[in-house]
Amino acid sequence: MHTRACVRARTTTTRMLTAHDLTKRFGVKRVFEHVELRVARGELLLVTGPNGSGKTTLLRVLAGLAAPSRGTLELPPRAEIGFLGHEPYVYRELTPLENLALFGRLYRVPEHRERSGMLLERFGLWQVRHERVSTFSRGMQQRLALCRVLLHNPSLLLLDEPFNALDADGAELLDQTLGELSDRALVVATHDPGRVERLATQRLAFA
Amino acid sequence: MTYAADVAALARKDLLLELRAKETLPAMLLFVLSALTVFHFALPRGTGHTAALGLLWVALVFTALLGLTRAFVPEREQGLMDALILTPADRSAIWLAKTLAVLAFLAVAELVALPAFGAFFSGIDGRTVGAVALADIGICAVGTLTGAMAVAGRARELLLPLLFLPLAIPVIVGGVGASAGAGGRYLAFLVLYDAIFGLLAWASFEYVVAET
Repeated sequence: MHTRACVRARTTTTRMLTAHDLTKRFGVKRVFEHVELRVARGELLLVTGPNGSGKTTLLRVLAGLAAPSRGTLELPPRAEIGFLGHEPYVYRELTPLENLALFGRLYRVPEHRERSGMLLERFGLWQVRHERVSTFSRGMQQRLALCRVLLHNPSLLLLDEPFNALDADGAELLDQTLGELSDRALVVATHDPGRVERLATQRLAFA
Repeated sequence: MTYAADVAALARKDLLLELRAKETLPAMLLFVLSALTVFHFALPRGTGHTAALGLLWVALVFTALLGLTRAFVPEREQGLMDALILTPADRSAIWLAKTLAVLAFLAVAELVALPAFGAFFSGIDGRTVGAVALADIGICAVGTLTGAMAVAGRARELLLPLLFLPLAIPVIVGGVGASAGAGGRYLAFLVLYDAIFGLLAWASFEYVVAET
């Protein structure tokens, strides 16, 4: 089988993500084919579709976590990408502050302590900043995951089911946050587009 | 400097996780002490020093394997390997930090195991201690790489010994050789093993964690 795939660093400043003829297969199984995307700063691409339709795989490809089987992809450098996956991607035996300190260092965030504090305050986790994540509910872990994603101020945010496990307050807070991120490029994958619909500038529906 | 800071931050995280969870080190200590106790009672009186040293090396390699099996558990359970490889940090820093953390756990286990061996069998000389220290570096370097390979698979508990033990055989040969007699030659062999396999593991880790 002939495959060709190319992932390049982005060269333009306003366009954050460009995908041409993007295709992903697992063996003979086609996950998605010939996807064309252009997402610039200030735009929100809403990816919808039922469970198992390929939304998560698309986001993993866009994040650089999986290689496309075919097509070209232009992405900003890794430091400019914020990825929220199905898992919260936080260490359960560390506290929220320790988790954010680790990722703050790895992302070279200047004054990451101050920024961590600000984000924890915003997402209602300041009071539990010294408690282990293993004692948190799934919703609190999702809030911490959002803090981790926003910590390094990414220009391109890839959010896979960001409202998962959030209670009404948490969902409201995320709604508000997404509204404030109007100078970033956002790709949001969800099976329930209701909350993000009004912010979407582009739509991609998987069957 | 940034690379060293990344390694330090990641290694500190691994040590902190173990300090909190206390899952790996107690298991390693219990295993190595149990193995030495069993060997002590199983070996007939008058067994030579070389045979006892051989058993010491077997106990140390399997103790290391126990630590390596647990090395990537936090990353596996929470899908955190994805989060780590998405950061701008060099991916080899993840391997180096994990290697250092496993090395620290193994060193602590050996701080208990070597005196225990001295009490059960016979004294340990400086050559054996040197050989153990050199072998630890090779074991942890190769073991961390194979641990990362195994963690991606389904039968990971089976896969790790299959990948690791064949690669660890030269270390056991070098270790037993250095402890038992011709020290210098075998110690040099262990240094060479550490250099070659350490470099290979460092350079290839990026490809091990990259999904295709």
